[in-house]
Amino acid sequence: MRTALVVLRKDLRVEARTLETVPAMVLLALVTFVIFHFALDRDTIEGQLAAGVLTATLLFAAMLGINRLFVAEREQGGFDAFLLAPVDRTALLIAKAAALFIYLAVLEVIAVPAFGLLLLGSSLGHALPGMILILVLADLGLAVIGTLVSAIAVHTRARDLIGPVIGLPLLLPALIATARAIGPLLRAAHPATAPPGRWLAVLALYDLVFALIAYGVFDFLLED
Amino acid sequence: MDAEPPAIELRGVTRYFGERSALRDVSVRVAPGATLAVLGRNGAGKSTLLRILATLLRPHAGDVIVFGEPLPRRAFAVRGELGLLAHEPLLYRELTGRENLEYHARLHGVAHERVQEVLEAVAMERRAGDPVRLLSRGMVQRIAIARAVLHAPRLLLLDEPRANLDPSAAELVEPLIGRASGCTRVLTSHDPGAALAEADLVLALKDGRAVFAGDPNAFGEAQVRELYA
Repeated sequence: MRTALVVLRKDLRVEARTLETVPAMVLLALVTFVIFHFALDRDTIEGQLAAGVLTATLLFAAMLGINRLFVAEREQGGFDAFLLAPVDRTALLIAKAAALFIYLAVLEVIAVPAFGLLLLGSSLGHALPGMILILVLADLGLAVIGTLVSAIAVHTRARDLIGPVIGLPLLLPALIATARAIGPLLRAAHPATAPPGRWLAVLALYDLVFALIAYGVFDFLLED
Repeated sequence: MDAEPPAIELRGVTRYFGERSALRDVSVRVAPGATLAVLGRNGAGKSTLLRILATLLRPHAGDVIVFGEPLPRRAFAVRGELGLLAHEPLLYRELTGRENLEYHARLHGVAHERVQEVLEAVAMERRAGDPVRLLSRGMVQRIAIARAVLHAPRLLLLDEPRANLDPSAAELVEPLIGRASGCTRVLTSHDPGAALAEADLVLALKDGRAVFAGDPNAFGEAQVRELYA
């Protein structure tokens, strides 16, 4: 865990200096909301449509972060430097997943209120506690799968293509569960006060399964 | 003396990249504290050999034994004993020299004070607060050397170690990566004269094959010319 913290601190410091990933994710999300605002030709959306728009936008913004997750490692020899150290390689998985989780959290702190302003007629206030719980579970899944996919893609020549091609199908179940869980919270009439437990359970199970898979295969992904 | 186990033993090491063989049936033994100079033209397999010894590449055939540990199976046991100075400096450009070294020190479990020590040894303490992207190539190479020796490795793998260094800087880093370091060394160089001068053993590679392995005094000028022809 100590090694993971060392790598995470380094990643956050590099991101803070370069601002290459998080601002791009935020910008993409905001632009997408504006596009939906005009493309749907509606002042407001609600319920499952609103949940779908929010979830799909966050997913596409997340793909930017996923694609860039190992860029410094690939371009500046970070992989070799890490592999030369006598440390458990799982630390890199934990650090990268934690970094991506933090990027997603920052994205959502900005994008979710913007979504409320641009596309929701009503206040987000009542739905916020439930949405936070859902988004935390969704972000855990995105972070783990994203790290796994990014580690696979970074070793390929078509890495910008491989990330979405592998990542989007793997993330589809999480996307569906997230959208279905958020939908009832965003209904205009009689909004649910809490997210549906069934979809929360699906998300939690999904996170657990992929965390175990990532733990099992990550070492092999770092081999030449 | 012969009973002393070698620091490095390669037996029939072969490595492919796709259909192309980068190393073919390479064998050599290096005694502890000795210097092996690996010579050859671009693409001869020198960097591949270093990466195999650094545990970053797996051989596709043959045995690689470093400090008695077979690689890659026991790679974890020898990683802390290796210092690699590669073509790439393995430094993050946006971080300062000091931040880079502190990062590596934490990965290797090295005391914080050692960072200052190696910065002083490469005379970079005054520019250690600058991002690596702002440093000259020679300065980056000095920080890279500091990184390679930070954890006091027993085996130095040096790929063109004096590249980008002016004569005074080359002299400055001598105690760290030269014979005076006391480390077993494997070095590659495009300057065969300089490499032969500091080698105890020469391995000449041509198209991945060892065309000579032995005493540098037995590797004459004609063989050098032929190797680089």
